[in-house]
Amino acid sequence: MTDVTQELPIVVEPPPPATAGPLGWLRANLFSNVFNTILTILAAALLAVTIPPIIRWALFDAIWTAPNSRACRGAGACWAFIHEKLRFILFGTFPYEEQWRPLLAVVIFIALIVASCDRRLWGRSLAFLWLLGLVAVGVLMWGGIFGLSFVGNQLWSGLPLTLILAVVGMAFAFPLAILLALGRRSQLPAVRTICVAYIELIRGVPLITVLFMASVMLPLFLPAGMTIDKLLRAQVAIILFAAAYLAEVVRGGLQAIPKGQIEAADALGLTYWQRTRRIVLPQALALVIPPLVNTFIGTFKDTTLVIIIGLFDLLGTINAALNDANWRGTSTEAYIFAAAIYFCFCFFMSRYSQMLEREFNKGRRQ
Amino acid sequence: MTTESAGAPIIELRRLNKWYGEFHVLKDINLEVAKGERVVVCGPSGSGKSTMIRCINRLEEHQRGQIIVAGIELTSDVKNIEAIRREVGMVFQQFNLFPHLTVLQNLTLAPIWVRKLPKKEAEETARLYLERVKIPEQADKYPGQLSGGQQQRVAIARSLCMKPEIMLFDEPTSALDPEMIKEVLDVMIELAEEGMTMVCVTHEMGFARTVADTMVFMDRGEIVERGSPKEFFADPKSDRTKLFLSQILAH
Amino acid sequence: MPTDTIPRPTRPSPWRNPAVRSMVVQVLFVAAVLALGAFLVHNTVVNLRRQNIAGGFGFLDREAAFGIGEALIAYTPADTYARAFLVGLLNTLYVAGLGVVLATILGTVMGIARLSRNWLVSKLAQIYVETFRNIPLLLQLFFWWGLLRETAPAPRLAWQPLPDVFVSNRGIAFAVPSPDPAYGWMALAFLVGLAATIGAFRWARQRQAQTGQQFPTGWIGLGLVVGLPLAMFLLSGAPLTLDRPEMKGFNFTGGHAVSPEFAALLLGLVIYSGTFIAEIVRAGILAVSWGQTEAAMALGLHPIQRMRLIVLPQALRVIIPPMTSQYLSLTKNSSLAVAIGYPDLVSVTNTMINQTGQAVEGIAMIMAVYLTISLIISALMNVYNRSVALVER
Repeated sequence: MTDVTQELPIVVEPPPPATAGPLGWLRANLFSNVFNTILTILAAALLAVTIPPIIRWALFDAIWTAPNSRACRGAGACWAFIHEKLRFILFGTFPYEEQWRPLLAVVIFIALIVASCDRRLWGRSLAFLWLLGLVAVGVLMWGGIFGLSFVGNQLWSGLPLTLILAVVGMAFAFPLAILLALGRRSQLPAVRTICVAYIELIRGVPLITVLFMASVMLPLFLPAGMTIDKLLRAQVAIILFAAAYLAEVVRGGLQAIPKGQIEAADALGLTYWQRTRRIVLPQALALVIPPLVNTFIGTFKDTTLVIIIGLFDLLGTINAALNDANWRGTSTEAYIFAAAIYFCFCFFMSRYSQMLEREFNKGRRQ
Repeated sequence: MTTESAGAPIIELRRLNKWYGEFHVLKDINLEVAKGERVVVCGPSGSGKSTMIRCINRLEEHQRGQIIVAGIELTSDVKNIEAIRREVGMVFQQFNLFPHLTVLQNLTLAPIWVRKLPKKEAEETARLYLERVKIPEQADKYPGQLSGGQQQRVAIARSLCMKPEIMLFDEPTSALDPEMIKEVLDVMIELAEEGMTMVCVTHEMGFARTVADTMVFMDRGEIVERGSPKEFFADPKSDRTKLFLSQILAH
Repeated sequence: MPTDTIPRPTRPSPWRNPAVRSMVVQVLFVAAVLALGAFLVHNTVVNLRRQNIAGGFGFLDREAAFGIGEALIAYTPADTYARAFLVGLLNTLYVAGLGVVLATILGTVMGIARLSRNWLVSKLAQIYVETFRNIPLLLQLFFWWGLLRETAPAPRLAWQPLPDVFVSNRGIAFAVPSPDPAYGWMALAFLVGLAATIGAFRWARQRQAQTGQQFPTGWIGLGLVVGLPLAMFLLSGAPLTLDRPEMKGFNFTGGHAVSPEFAALLLGLVIYSGTFIAEIVRAGILAVSWGQTEAAMALGLHPIQRMRLIVLPQALRVIIPPMTSQYLSLTKNSSLAVAIGYPDLVSVTNTMINQTGQAVEGIAMIMAVYLTISLIISALMNVYNRSVALVER
């Protein structure tokens, strides 16, 4: 039996050079064995073949200003199209001189979204801020007061329309979704059946059918003489659609609440609505914030479908701009530009939701 | 495949060094374990004790030094690694039973697929070891239906079914509720009494006193002190050992 | 003690009795919903009558009088609306089925690539997923359609990315092998190979249970399934004449051609859904805790055995439910075909509605079809879930 005692000072050596530092990283991540080395070479070759031509097309050979597409015909991208049509793409048919109004509306939306990311503001004040923001946007877009000229909502188009459809859609879908989720978990069979039927029906069909339903059937549902304008029909469709998906997200949160919470609330003598409002819902909603953000991203992308029923959101204005006979063949550039705008919004929101998820998981001991 | 002569150690760690990136986690470890010897490794968390035993069956890779198990040197050579893993059994803190297989299937999986035994023989061996760990009636249950103590005993039986020469234990009772620790330790004591070579990382000092031939104390990546349990507990030489023992034996 | 002397709890007055209350609430709720429904139906009937639009499904027997660009079955404008609906339905199922298969392949490859230890491969896969997930599908469809329809040159100057594959603004034409009786024999040989492989699996499993010896059924099976048809091919004198697309007049004839609409729809659906499937596969594999792999390693199993026996069975349980939901999404997303002119179900029914004015029936038919598909897939998934559920306390 050995009996060795070591009282030597703590010896800390640096790792062998080939296993740490930049060289070590390269070895571990790119060239760790034969298979990996082959993969790295193939991937690098793929990049070498595809990236330089794309960069040449998009940057070096590109034409940045031109009067029409004939002057723009070259080997490179025709960004001149974007340059010419930018205001139309962004704001559509909104009167030209008044376009500072939708611009301001978009800025307000972006500011609200960024502000909502700061958790310190979560609570009553944020809800109030949103309400204020939406009213401001309404005033800016419609006008008619404060000396602003009236602009009917048939002329709203482009980026502001996309944001309005998405934000207002979620805002109204949310309370409806909560009612549906509560209804689906209700003990009363009639209520439960109707809620389940609604949710499963809407989730089982494509958004386009709901849009068609709203666009074609809503006018039929109304008593003779009443009309309902196109924007409202699209908005209702988006609200009804988003509510069904949100309801499932909220239901997930409700299911995650331990039964003990409900039992404690009952023991304290709270009624159904009191315990739902004060105990169950706050916890359930906090649990599902990341999936809620993901649903908002989905709704944001879904607004593009309104082009099919004749509304001109951002995608609609791009298509309309492409119809100009002076600018044939620039569809690739136009769609890349539109994709960049959508990507910015969606990417940052999805990064934010991933960050939230990580934080929530950190706080919960599993 | 083993070519050790009687008396040669069955595990040899020579100047073992390991880094996680820039962090030097094992510093010049030298250790010899003879056949049939029971070694208990203790130390504060972060001392590298789990890392050290996980290097023995290549769950962790070492950068410098030599590891020789049952006469086979542990290198990147896949054949050597597989040969060593056949002879070394490991019991994990989190049990790591396969939830989609029954208890019996958990035990027969490796004998069938690694040692290429016929199913009947594998099942006979499995039932034998289930008896040894005292839960023969659970053979057709799934791990999710068992308690923590039962699951860990199944995990021990699973390793034993491969008839290893060495058993490694990585804090086997740390994830168990207190009333279940004894049933697992009892199984480990029986195993020790039958002559199994064991290297055990644990905080259970009562068990160590009963079973260990050698106590090894590690701190900050080094082996600070080693000795027989009697000397180790009664008269620790190093200050760090004294500090550790005072903390762990206090309650 | 005699039971009739034990006092019974007093029954509460009706308006305090929870059972009565819940019944009243439900009756009121149902009555409200029915009243709303009746109101809407009444308005609809009145409005339809005012606009002289017929009701009922009788229109399905009328002549369609519109052409359909691509159809899997024979169709002329003289056929009925019902047949037109069927054509649209088949087109939807065709593009959805093909899309599901291709998206699964692409998504699985990308999901595994994301998990690769090779930094370059993993990053490239990540860029793919992040880019195409955050761009609306309709925009992607318009992009590909624009590329294939406007930017692509006329057939005479068609792009040729691969030999015998021509991309022009009339679509994509590629060579296919011309039919030959030998192919029938090859198909038969394939089926024989498949049956033989299944038999070999069974025999090998029994042999392993009895003697412990393993049999390389994977390789043998591959050999049978590929080798037998190959042998048949060679035996018949290796007949391989390609039916090549050739320029005749203004377009290609010969070979097989797909329209720009179909190509754009398939491309967009596959690339978009592939991102979600990649994330599902990645999450599924990550869901299997590392300890499982470590325990398998400690027992001496080698990598393929670990994957087959331990990781994959557990990962599939986590992967398949969201995967089927993605398949459903893909099928529903194929309805966007109406925006780019591919005659799928929604597109054809839309034309029908425009011609007959019977919007309610048309939309109901579309919804019924998609609902049926949804319910079937949900039911299958529930069966699967129940059969593989992990047994716990």
